[in-house]
Amino acid sequence: MDITVNILLTIATAATPLLIAAIGELVVERSGVLNLGVEGMMIMGAVGGFGAGYLTGSPWIGLLAAIALGALFSLLFAVMTLSLATNQVATGLSLTLLGLGLSGMMGTSFVGQPGQRLPNLDIPGLTSIPVVGRLLFGQDPIFYISIALTAAVMWFLFRTRTGLTLRSIGDSHTSAHALGIQVIRYRYLAVIFGGACAGLAGGHLSLVYTPQWVENMTAGRGWIALALVVFASWRPWRVLAGAYIFGAVWIGQLHAQAFGIPVPSQLLSSLPYLATVVVLVLISRNKRLTMMNTPASLGQPFVPDR
Amino acid sequence: MMRLELVKRPQRSALFSALSPFIAFLLTIIAGAIMFALLGVNPLKAFEIYFIEPISQVWQLHELAIKAAPLILIAVGLSVCYRANIWNIGAEGQFILGGIVGSMIPVLFPQFEGPLVLPLMLLLGMVGGAAYAAIPAFLKTRFGTNEILTSLMLVYVAQLFLDWLVRGPWRDPQGQGFPQTVQFNDSAILPEFMPDSGRANWGFVFALVAAVLIWFLMSRMLKGFEVRVLGSSPRAGRFAGFGLNRLVFFAFLLSGALAGLAGISEVSGAIGQLQPVISPGYGFTAIIVAFLGRLNPLGIVAAGLVLALTYLGGEAVQSALGISDKVARVFQGMLLFFVLGCDTLIHYRIRLIGFAAPKLEAAPKLEEAR
Repeated sequence: MDITVNILLTIATAATPLLIAAIGELVVERSGVLNLGVEGMMIMGAVGGFGAGYLTGSPWIGLLAAIALGALFSLLFAVMTLSLATNQVATGLSLTLLGLGLSGMMGTSFVGQPGQRLPNLDIPGLTSIPVVGRLLFGQDPIFYISIALTAAVMWFLFRTRTGLTLRSIGDSHTSAHALGIQVIRYRYLAVIFGGACAGLAGGHLSLVYTPQWVENMTAGRGWIALALVVFASWRPWRVLAGAYIFGAVWIGQLHAQAFGIPVPSQLLSSLPYLATVVVLVLISRNKRLTMMNTPASLGQPFVPDR
Repeated sequence: MMRLELVKRPQRSALFSALSPFIAFLLTIIAGAIMFALLGVNPLKAFEIYFIEPISQVWQLHELAIKAAPLILIAVGLSVCYRANIWNIGAEGQFILGGIVGSMIPVLFPQFEGPLVLPLMLLLGMVGGAAYAAIPAFLKTRFGTNEILTSLMLVYVAQLFLDWLVRGPWRDPQGQGFPQTVQFNDSAILPEFMPDSGRANWGFVFALVAAVLIWFLMSRMLKGFEVRVLGSSPRAGRFAGFGLNRLVFFAFLLSGALAGLAGISEVSGAIGQLQPVISPGYGFTAIIVAFLGRLNPLGIVAAGLVLALTYLGGEAVQSALGISDKVARVFQGMLLFFVLGCDTLIHYRIRLIGFAAPKLEAAPKLEEAR
């Protein structure tokens, strides 16, 4: 029983960064912007979170720094694509490339240093309940944030007027603009929210998952988060499900490697990436589902006419 | 508070089209100077070490050519994709597969020697890269799967596959346990083209030839026209009877083959055996090269040389000033950012307006709408 609980806990830990980054990107894409820089914002969050935690000795300051750095980095993308109407695909890619380089440079002196870890929740009486205690009341704080964030985004997108406005911008920015909606302002806020989420996800990696700094430690998770949004056909609860499926794949291959299954470890390591491809194919085979849910103006630059 | 406003130009500005890479480069230099100053290094000294010292002698120009060759080869292929609005960002994986498949001959048949070896290797390298690129092309045309994500995911798979090969079945049994294959025999080594002055190999010549051929294809042949039409207006392309699916395959296979050629040229020219890592991110840097070169094959040659210099400069400041060689990555990222930003000037004029102004202008517009 203990083993099952432990495995479930590690799956939750692996799924959390994917979930947070994907939920952030989902809001961005719902507003009609495609930010391919998730990996770059995530790695900036990871290096910022580790660095601030390491220098101040407080993982909580690290957490805030991760969020701030992710948001700040996304602002760069926002200025480029929203104010200067650059190609979103190319700009997102360059954000990722810049993030990977910048984080490597900033983190040179952090390599091999011991990091700060966010403490797990511990409520006397509740956390010690057998089996469910640790699952419900004994995880790291970001886990709870991720669940709350998913619920909040669901409520915001489908139960509030502002959420409706955001979705309408994603479906037709020209109509929204004609109705007098400040398209660019909404999109700025959405992109910065996505950046903050990606930063938080990166912070989770360097403050909870493996409290240390390793170059390229995001290892493609930002890209998997992007794939999750497509897989979830832009619905928050499906992102949640998808993130946990991928968390399970990620942990499953690690355990398989640890048990010494007679399969090359590299093949097992490539499973999350192969699974992403397979899942994308399965979901895109259903053309109607994809067509119905894709924000219609996704990725198209918008310049308000006068 | 100020606000930016874009005003569409009646036609694209030829002036800014030509100037934009230079403005971008200038801005990168300024941002780089700030960065060096923040790191506590004299920017002028750093720039001398970064941009001038690495190309001050003839043998160093050869090193530049070695780094530029794969960048140019990959980028000219990618330019065709991007012109057609097809987003192959997995060139790094296609590069690796080209290196692997091309190396089959010297690794599996080390006794096979003679003048046939090298052409066969290069051909196999192209086939390997093209075949790997065919996967996202097939998934896109058959199932409508997003090619950005699939081509990128396959990069990780390719890296792990190479890692497995050189640590497992292809490891040199006499290599004292090092994760690498046997050293290629002489007839499997891509020769240097001016051995008297430096070690640049024929890969650079391939890159120049590829650039000219792709330039010819894009500007003088029907296929190039098809690429440009479908890229800028898929609807118009359909009316003209151009098939989008065929074009997706064409662009992916072409760029994959060129990335594969770059991969095998790098392995057989610069390295001489397979190792766990055969590319310092050429496939990704080539994306920057393609954009910096304005998706124009001849511009790409120049851009490839500039980006190759950022690699050499990164190594130089690392050894001279103790700054991480990741600084090269930062320069490359900044350069792409500034290029994309400056490209806006080609189609738009930028007006700065005060915060109060738009409110005044918004009122009559509402009435217009009614």
